[in-house]
Amino acid sequence: MNKIKIRINDIVCRGEKGQTVLEIAKDNGIYIPTLCNYEGIKPQGSCRICTCMIGGRMMTACTTPALDGMDIVTNSDELEKFRATIVELLFAEGNHFCPTCERSGNCELQALGYRYKMMVPQFPYSFAAKDIDADNPKIMIDHNRCILCKRCIRRKKEKDNPNWFVFKKRGAKVQINIDHELTADFTDKLAQQAMDTCPVGAIIRKEKGFDVPIGERKYDKNPIGSDIEGLKE
Amino acid sequence: MSKKIVATTSLAGCFGCHMSLLDIDERILDLIELVEFNKSPIDDIKTFTKQCDIGIIEGGCCNSENVHVLKDFRKNCKILISVGECAIMGGLPAMRNNNASITECLEEAYLNCVSVQANEEKIIPNDEELPMILDKVYPCHEIVKIDYFLPGCAPRADLIWNALVALVTGNEMDLPYEVIKFD
Repeated sequence: MNKIKIRINDIVCRGEKGQTVLEIAKDNGIYIPTLCNYEGIKPQGSCRICTCMIGGRMMTACTTPALDGMDIVTNSDELEKFRATIVELLFAEGNHFCPTCERSGNCELQALGYRYKMMVPQFPYSFAAKDIDADNPKIMIDHNRCILCKRCIRRKKEKDNPNWFVFKKRGAKVQINIDHELTADFTDKLAQQAMDTCPVGAIIRKEKGFDVPIGERKYDKNPIGSDIEGLKE
Repeated sequence: MSKKIVATTSLAGCFGCHMSLLDIDERILDLIELVEFNKSPIDDIKTFTKQCDIGIIEGGCCNSENVHVLKDFRKNCKILISVGECAIMGGLPAMRNNNASITECLEEAYLNCVSVQANEEKIIPNDEELPMILDKVYPCHEIVKIDYFLPGCAPRADLIWNALVALVTGNEMDLPYEVIKFD
């Protein structure tokens, strides 16, 4: 008996033992926003965007294994406010100049800003001194846009790839570092994969960009999560 | 009902948001029925001639003149709206905030840039008539109280139109997904 039943927002959802709350919600057409989570990579639950009320406690849906009979709330006003605050904090902490970003329109952080109708973050912008690493021939890393979700680092670990990306420094100064020796012969395909893994525009493929016109980009017409909710036009 | 009075200005911006305001097309005729413009680049009135209801601010504050104009707007307008990314977060001018000092910026612009050709005396403009450049570019709401924010670069014409109509008529604002964009 591997089938289990859980209640999400008072709807009975069916799944299998071993699935996380997030996976079951997705299979049942309920969208829970995520940022640090990426399909196919072991979840780490660091961004807290997917926080839900699970059995009356705030827990991350991406890391919590579903158990038979669980009672979960994903969309209360409190949770939505909590998530909007995380998005605002990320916008205030980094230097997210959307008009100049190649990822604009396809950016998950920006899409969450749209979803939560963020007009302005309630926090002051930090304008922290961060630089750009453009030494690699295929990709560049813009630390201004990085939200430290670690998706690039975790992805290569899962696929037994070499350590292309690593964390360097500690605490507030931590940043993604690219190994220039290992990535010297990066192919276009690997560069595209690295860019696709990044939820924001921190990893950008060189000599390519802005190839989808404004109005046709991923989140121009459809809010993030609308494909899961089945609302797609 | 008397017409609401609107003032607009462009601080450290590119006038794109004003272009977007004009992008409401023929609805500009409806707008003129609803509002009267006072100080604004659109009608070229340079100073406030009366108290205004709505002030539309484009661009952030990068020099002392911007701060002066913004404070003047706060004094003379009941409601201030930050329009566009530059007014809201500094926008493109604010890209100097995180890494470059003001000295580096001026030296790059007047001495070191490859397109500098005729500055043999190596002069960086410093006349007392010129407004002082601030240490960084400030979002408008860090200088004065701003009541509403309309994001976008430039904000979609429909967003500006919907906001103005909502403010003038007192109805709730219509906010479809397509009009809130940060680029």
